[in-house]
Amino acid sequence: MSKCKTSAEVGGMGHSIKRKEDPRFIRGQGNYVDDVVRPGMVFMDLVRSPYAHAKIKSINTEKALAHPGVAAVITGETLKEYNLHMMPTLMSDTQMVLPIDKVCYQAQEVAAVVATDRYSAADGVELVEVEYEPLPVVVDPHKATDPDAPIIRDDKEGQDSNHIFHWEAGDRSGTDEIFENADVTVKEDIYLPRIHVASIETCGCVSEFDSVTGQLTVWMTTQAPHAIRTVLALVAGHVGLQEDKIRIISPDIGGGFGGKVPVYPGYVIAIAASVVTGLPIKWIEDRRENLQADSFARDYHMECEIAADKDGTLNGLRIKTLADHGYADAAANPSKFPAGMFSICTGSYDFKNAFVEVDGVYTNKPPGGIAYRCSFRVTEAVHAIERMVDMVADEIGMDAADIRMNNFIPKDAFPYKSPMGWEYDSGDYHGALKLAKDKIGYDELLKEQAEKREKGELMGIGISSFTEVVGAGPSKDFDILGIKMFDSSEIRIHPTGKVIARFGTKSQGQGHETTYAQIIAEELGIPYTDISVEEGDTDTAPYGLGTYASRSTPTAGAAAAMACRKIKDKAQKIASHLLEVAEEDVEWEVGKFSVKGVPDKSVTIQDIAFAAYTNHPQGLEAGLEATHYYDPPNMTYPFGSYIAVVDIDSGTGEVKVRRFVAVDDCGNIINPMIVEGQIHGGLTQGLAPALFEEISYDDEGNITGGSFMEYLVPTAVETPHWETDKTVTPSPHHPLGAKGVGESPTVGAPPAIANAVVDALSHLGVRHLDIPITPEKVWRAIHKQDAA
Amino acid sequence: MATQSITINVNGEARTAEVEDRLLLVHFIRDNSGLTGTHIGCDTTHCGACTVLLDGTAVKSCTVFAIQANGREVTTIEGMEGEALHPLQEGFMEEHGLQCGFCTPGMIMSSKHLLDKNPTPSEEEIRWGISGNLCRCTGYQNIVKAVQYASNKLQETTIEGGE
Repeated sequence: MSKCKTSAEVGGMGHSIKRKEDPRFIRGQGNYVDDVVRPGMVFMDLVRSPYAHAKIKSINTEKALAHPGVAAVITGETLKEYNLHMMPTLMSDTQMVLPIDKVCYQAQEVAAVVATDRYSAADGVELVEVEYEPLPVVVDPHKATDPDAPIIRDDKEGQDSNHIFHWEAGDRSGTDEIFENADVTVKEDIYLPRIHVASIETCGCVSEFDSVTGQLTVWMTTQAPHAIRTVLALVAGHVGLQEDKIRIISPDIGGGFGGKVPVYPGYVIAIAASVVTGLPIKWIEDRRENLQADSFARDYHMECEIAADKDGTLNGLRIKTLADHGYADAAANPSKFPAGMFSICTGSYDFKNAFVEVDGVYTNKPPGGIAYRCSFRVTEAVHAIERMVDMVADEIGMDAADIRMNNFIPKDAFPYKSPMGWEYDSGDYHGALKLAKDKIGYDELLKEQAEKREKGELMGIGISSFTEVVGAGPSKDFDILGIKMFDSSEIRIHPTGKVIARFGTKSQGQGHETTYAQIIAEELGIPYTDISVEEGDTDTAPYGLGTYASRSTPTAGAAAAMACRKIKDKAQKIASHLLEVAEEDVEWEVGKFSVKGVPDKSVTIQDIAFAAYTNHPQGLEAGLEATHYYDPPNMTYPFGSYIAVVDIDSGTGEVKVRRFVAVDDCGNIINPMIVEGQIHGGLTQGLAPALFEEISYDDEGNITGGSFMEYLVPTAVETPHWETDKTVTPSPHHPLGAKGVGESPTVGAPPAIANAVVDALSHLGVRHLDIPITPEKVWRAIHKQDAA
Repeated sequence: MATQSITINVNGEARTAEVEDRLLLVHFIRDNSGLTGTHIGCDTTHCGACTVLLDGTAVKSCTVFAIQANGREVTTIEGMEGEALHPLQEGFMEEHGLQCGFCTPGMIMSSKHLLDKNPTPSEEEIRWGISGNLCRCTGYQNIVKAVQYASNKLQETTIEGGE
């Protein structure tokens, strides 16, 4: 957007206004869940399983209960009395809250200790004696469906294997036909390992129950407070919790990235414990619990194939995937597709046909998964296609930029229907890659690389031209447990022209208090400083599905625009009354209605607001407010082209990202400063899995990446200086032309970096490396070649 | 569990409490003193969200016992604002150096320690100076700019003050 419609004082779309959230955060005055203190509050801590799969022979709580300060020990047997020992997952599977007779993953919750303070609760955890009998484990998903594999979910009737689901999309026979007649086919197994969002705030809650009124209030680290309330009412209605008496408050949230969408057992145990004991209970997990037991992302084993012509024209794509879901299919997946958005895997390219199939299996690992800062499974899809396109280019000796340019969906083909049935709303892929190439100096880099190769130095250039699919979503395909994925905005204008606006979403750092105010400022001409935004309290906010999948701007942002337009309709009636002319004789310009042809004769939106309470026309309701529930007609499709330059130390295998140019297109921009900040953060969360992060397990199912000692979140030192730029291709169906942006870089960055590393090593015969591309992997790749 | 009476000067105010030997400084700050700006992100010295100044030196208060701070001075994020915002607080806001805000107090305290030792750090020195603090939202780039903003502002103030 080159020009803003509003002045800087009004602060509508396109202004980089400073965030309204920041004054409290820079003073340490944020209010996070662990900051909540209630009168008489006690603390809960959890006993967790050291085994990945074991029978529980006994749980002895005597010593723990004898410890001073310990008030109660809760086991699966306690919860079973209330039929709360099992709970449904968001994918209509089931999972244990606390076990009765066996555990199915390491770090699984086994019992809960409630005590007067954190330290006594931790003492109590040490004193709970659990006798286990280890069982054979399933760690490798490829062996999960072997005939002799132990059945993990023997609690489920009719579950006679570890297979969860088979799902397919696209045209199998049509795609097979393309492969039979192809000039060139390329095939590779690509694994995206388990990773963890590791938001700096871990998960937790404070649960308070009033046994007289039946009121339950839960302060909770959740990205989706309303959905949590409804799920709780459905699951615990039989013990007297009714939805009108359940209040979920999601206060300031210290990062989410999808990790705060699921319902973890700890929340349910804390809620149950507060109902049973009548005491307000605080439960805050520590970092190891967070990494070891909370939902993971990825863990996708993909067999990928592309069929192409000799000239590099991409024709067919086939991907067969094995999805390791751990002990339960507890995916935070807001679609009706078991593999989420995975079938977007034809990416930015105009394939003739494609086919994907996904099989989900159980293993003895924590249940999941979640998205890790993307629409569920889109990062897997983008990684597969962006790696594979490079492999085709390598196979036929074509430049990585040229093959993309030659196969992009052309700008004039939008709206574009993909072979998988997605309708891409808008795009200009050639424009984004051209800008990225120009910005980084692509041709000079190719020359530099050739010179360095002569000298034996390792340098690589990697491109990723991704298409995201965000803003879940249209109600026909998108829901959580049947609740449709609309979102909402309720806007009230007070008599003095000040605004309170409430939303069904919940910011975890995205800056909604600022950007939603800017949307309203844009639509109504009311200064953003006069607009207060609230989210996260189910007693006051309109019903919505929360914030993830870059959906806040596409859904709730659109709802705000639509609610403002309803307000404007009413304002026009009041304006015509005040100006004493017919309704059709007044016209809107930013912040006021004036008489057509007589611009001096006008009333401001503030005048109109006052009149709405003091001088409203007869026959019209008093007040000036509106609510809108927005069901998007389509997803939005942000896109971009990223180019990474890496230098590799052949002695240590260390990869250094020397430069990284990111050209993003998220449609019309609400706050450029916030968009750029989100891109920096998203890129860093793309760098992280590309080079550093992995949650892995040994053969016994012991986690080997369960603390920040092993799980390497990048620091400021490993993170490069990001170079960002943009193109602007508005969404044709979103009322503001916006698309959402926070996740694009996490989706687009990993293959750019992986492609750059492989490019640096390609002359040594390296064709693919799985992420994270650690120094060890690189060193082995280099030296195996030397040995050969 | 053995207890003892300790007094810690937190942000210029003496705070006395009878505490268990094992009580961590971060819990003394958050629970005993009610100053919840200092956050806990890992309990294991990795993330730096709990960083405070102990006698002017940045420490991770999740790995210091409260009794080790007995008789000493602690500065937390709540002690940064005087008559006006500290230039670091201002810098974080001006340069969009924060998103969710959870790492921010620790980042500001580590940056304070850095600028006290090295008033005009290079970008690389800033990156190393905050390398004990993890941020998951910002990608660090605007945090670096925030520290540069503060460094510049403090230099201007020093020069003006010297004239």
